[in-house]
Amino acid sequence: MKTLKFLIEKEFKQMFRNPLIPRLIVLFPTMVLLVFPWAVSFEIKNIRVDVVDHSKSVYSKRLTDKIAASQYFILHDTPPDYNAAMLNMENDETDMIVEIPASFDVDLVKRRESGVGVAVNSVNGTQGLLGSNYVMQIVNDFSSELRGELTQTLPPQTRVSFMRLKKMNIVPQYKYNPALDYKKFMIPGFMVLLLTILCGILPALNIVMEKENGTINQINVTPISKMNFILAKLIPYWAVGLVVMIISITLSFLIYGLWPGGGVVAVLISSIVFILSVSGLGIIISNYSETMQQASFLVMFFILILVLLGGMFTPVSSMPAWAQAIAAINPFNYLTTAFRMLYLNGSSLADVSGNLLALGAIAVVLNGWAVFSYKKRG
Amino acid sequence: MSKKVIEVFNLTKKFGNFTAVDRISFDVKEGEIFGFLGANGAGKTTAMQMLCGISMPTAGEGTVAGYDIIKENERIKRNIGYMSQKFSLYEDLKVWENIRLFGGIYGLSDKTIAEKTNELLKQLDFEQERNTLVKYLPLGWKQKLAFSVAIFHEPRIVFLDEPTGGVDPAMRRQFWEMIYDAADRGITVFVTTHYMDEAEYCNRVSIMVDGRIDALDTPAELRRRFSADSMDEVFRQLARKAKRGDQ
Repeated sequence: MKTLKFLIEKEFKQMFRNPLIPRLIVLFPTMVLLVFPWAVSFEIKNIRVDVVDHSKSVYSKRLTDKIAASQYFILHDTPPDYNAAMLNMENDETDMIVEIPASFDVDLVKRRESGVGVAVNSVNGTQGLLGSNYVMQIVNDFSSELRGELTQTLPPQTRVSFMRLKKMNIVPQYKYNPALDYKKFMIPGFMVLLLTILCGILPALNIVMEKENGTINQINVTPISKMNFILAKLIPYWAVGLVVMIISITLSFLIYGLWPGGGVVAVLISSIVFILSVSGLGIIISNYSETMQQASFLVMFFILILVLLGGMFTPVSSMPAWAQAIAAINPFNYLTTAFRMLYLNGSSLADVSGNLLALGAIAVVLNGWAVFSYKKRG
Repeated sequence: MSKKVIEVFNLTKKFGNFTAVDRISFDVKEGEIFGFLGANGAGKTTAMQMLCGISMPTAGEGTVAGYDIIKENERIKRNIGYMSQKFSLYEDLKVWENIRLFGGIYGLSDKTIAEKTNELLKQLDFEQERNTLVKYLPLGWKQKLAFSVAIFHEPRIVFLDEPTGGVDPAMRRQFWEMIYDAADRGITVFVTTHYMDEAEYCNRVSIMVDGRIDALDTPAELRRRFSADSMDEVFRQLARKAKRGDQ
């Protein structure tokens, strides 16, 4: 244990003398939190729409206006027929076509129901899905509006019975993120991403750098224990991770007003367990690599897997079984869930203890492997 | 006859089909300066790394400082110092920080380290460089520092892999004075070199050719046996047979 002190001292000195790393630790979280939450969002806005209005009635005009007024859509054109609109889509001038049939107003008044045709360019799948959903919402809204108005025109007797029959309106209430602010959903994920990158890549490059410089030889001829050597590599990244988290927590409060309902301590404790697991992964990569180039490629590959199968961008529950199996041993997944619970649900440390246990188990396995794969004798 | 601190028998290291070290057997006595000579690629460094416990022998056996080189390699490491061919102290640490680090790794206390550091820097006339980052030292100074660090914990044996490679003659002389000092303090010195004048400074030398030890004796005896005027000539006669290497 005594030698550990000397080793940790050495790691910190080297870290602070590196011209880049101390700056990265501060700049990286600042940049990511300032920029990314605004850009990375699954809300689709500014969908260009062509409305083909065969009805040219008051009602169809109102529906068109309603679409144009929505924040999601930009009314691009009102071509005379569907083919002209399709031509626009093929030229990538519009993303979506709404076709209102000639009998729209008549149907609405007489039969109390009507339909519109919607065609969406689904090359971008998300845009296709969300775009058609938004139009559906607008049309639904419009129809209940009309229903209300039409009811007024009926004779009193019928009106009452009609009102009784009136379709129930579903008004969703969004818990935990009432404004449906996508940024707030993504920020805890970005924090995990930051920890993964800084506390995963830096240790991955660390030991392999000692191999390239030859200093590892001088270490290997000493009686130093493998455990102490690996611990000394891990512990400084706790410090790095905690600094990153403190910057992130502060910035997300100051800029986005986001504060963990579960408490800062719970967030930091979860981070510490997580850092141990990704740093362990980094060290394993470093042990198996001979050059910095190999290590960088490997670590990028693994980080990609961690992030894409980690539930930050897409929910794990909708992944196929094999991907869910990977997610079950993915530390990224556990911390993203824990952070979202602590930040958005206001869960307590006890609520995320299952995630922390899983993270702890992963950390033990990975670091055991890290010690094992460090070979003092070739 | 004094005690043997290194004894090896049929030590072999293969990398795939390539036999870097081919059944070498020899011993080194306590307090000796043992020269380990050979052309580039003869297998000197590999042999030395097996003795230091950082390379696993493919076959053969032996002991270093009384410990088995196969099974007790970590115990060997408590008793040896090593200076590799490529400078491998931490360039981004200061002179005193490197000394402190390795002193600490070998289990010296903060106080002992501090005292011995002062003493060492004075001896080397290095006091003004105490706070210099190692990367800014000239090569000869780096080598002196690396040697001093290798024997800082008073090991029984120190392994030096081409310690004077690329160093000017004056510095080489100083370096050999340091080696003699260490030997006087009872440290066994195991040294590889390319400089045949340095071979003359050794008590005994072995000459490796293509992974095998072709000759092992005192410099005087070798010169006599090969009827040569200098070690340089002995070396040429032996190295001529070599099939690998780049000379």
